[in-house]
Amino acid sequence: MGLTLQFIPYLEIEGLSSIGRIRKLLNAVKENKIVLLEGRLRKEEETELIKTTMEEINSEFKGIELAVIYPESQNMAFFRKAKQHFINMLLGDRQGLTIVGPASVVKEIKKDPNKIQLFTTDVKVKAKRPSKKKKNKG
Amino acid sequence: MINLVKKFIKKVFKDIFRKRKQLKIGLYGPPNGGKTTLANRICQDWIGEEMGLVSNIEHETREIQVKESVKVEKDGKSLMFNLVDTPGIATRIDYEDFMKKGLSESESKRRAKEATRGVIDSIKWLDTMDVVLVVLDATKDPYSQVNITIIGNLAARNIPVLVVGNKIDLKRSKIKKVKSAFPQYEVIGISAKKGKNMDEFYEALFVLAG
Repeated sequence: MGLTLQFIPYLEIEGLSSIGRIRKLLNAVKENKIVLLEGRLRKEEETELIKTTMEEINSEFKGIELAVIYPESQNMAFFRKAKQHFINMLLGDRQGLTIVGPASVVKEIKKDPNKIQLFTTDVKVKAKRPSKKKKNKG
Repeated sequence: MINLVKKFIKKVFKDIFRKRKQLKIGLYGPPNGGKTTLANRICQDWIGEEMGLVSNIEHETREIQVKESVKVEKDGKSLMFNLVDTPGIATRIDYEDFMKKGLSESESKRRAKEATRGVIDSIKWLDTMDVVLVVLDATKDPYSQVNITIIGNLAARNIPVLVVGNKIDLKRSKIKKVKSAFPQYEVIGISAKKGKNMDEFYEALFVLAG
């Protein structure tokens, strides 16, 4: 079984309400897709995404794995930080990348400041045994 | 007569004011970080009783627990607060994980259902907190998105945060890693179970909430 990655550009969620954004992500995840969203949700939307996920958990949908990769602003100069903040306020937070995957497919996302590792659940594939050669009698 | 009415009104207002002033300190974090162990430690230290059950199975705390009027004293100062222990916040809950820990299928399903409700309640209660202690397991990866989302949300709501790296009694704990993950916050390494570094913890609590 192959993995499906779906890229969602920020433009696609820009005009949506918070509920709309969360719905769009969750609908894709429920189709067993790993979503790569350009930019990030608002902080309160991230929490709302967790809350909505919990409301929808059942025997088939086990939840999500979520990771946000975001450029560190700590080492940025003050004016650059302020400029970035202003742009984010006007245009939304397009920086970074949000990864959301179904818990049944994505086992864990390990994040380090410099790298991201996505572990998928083990898919048991029955290897075909080589057929035994028939012994020739006689 | 007028004086009596005045006194009564003054008393009512004073009571309301005092009640409002009662701080609400919340324990937040991922499951099995040691929130209830820390709540128990604080309650044992200052009121001589425990607050909740602890277990090595995740989502032991599935309902919000409140211990009212906990009074902590240090160097002649005192801090009175309501301590709120919350269910661990997670993005996934699978009843089969509980079955792997030896629970029956029906018990696991019930526990999973309660755990999802617990996470929802924890998030709903975020707004009502005055101060939050984010309790993390110092033996685990601090960069998990749940940790970052909780702390980011508290920052957005202007709620003061103290990051508590728990389980420092364990050899594999890495408190330096927790500190480097959250450089903009005060991080205290403790062992709630063994009572290690609790003085430093109470000092930080006074600075934050006092």
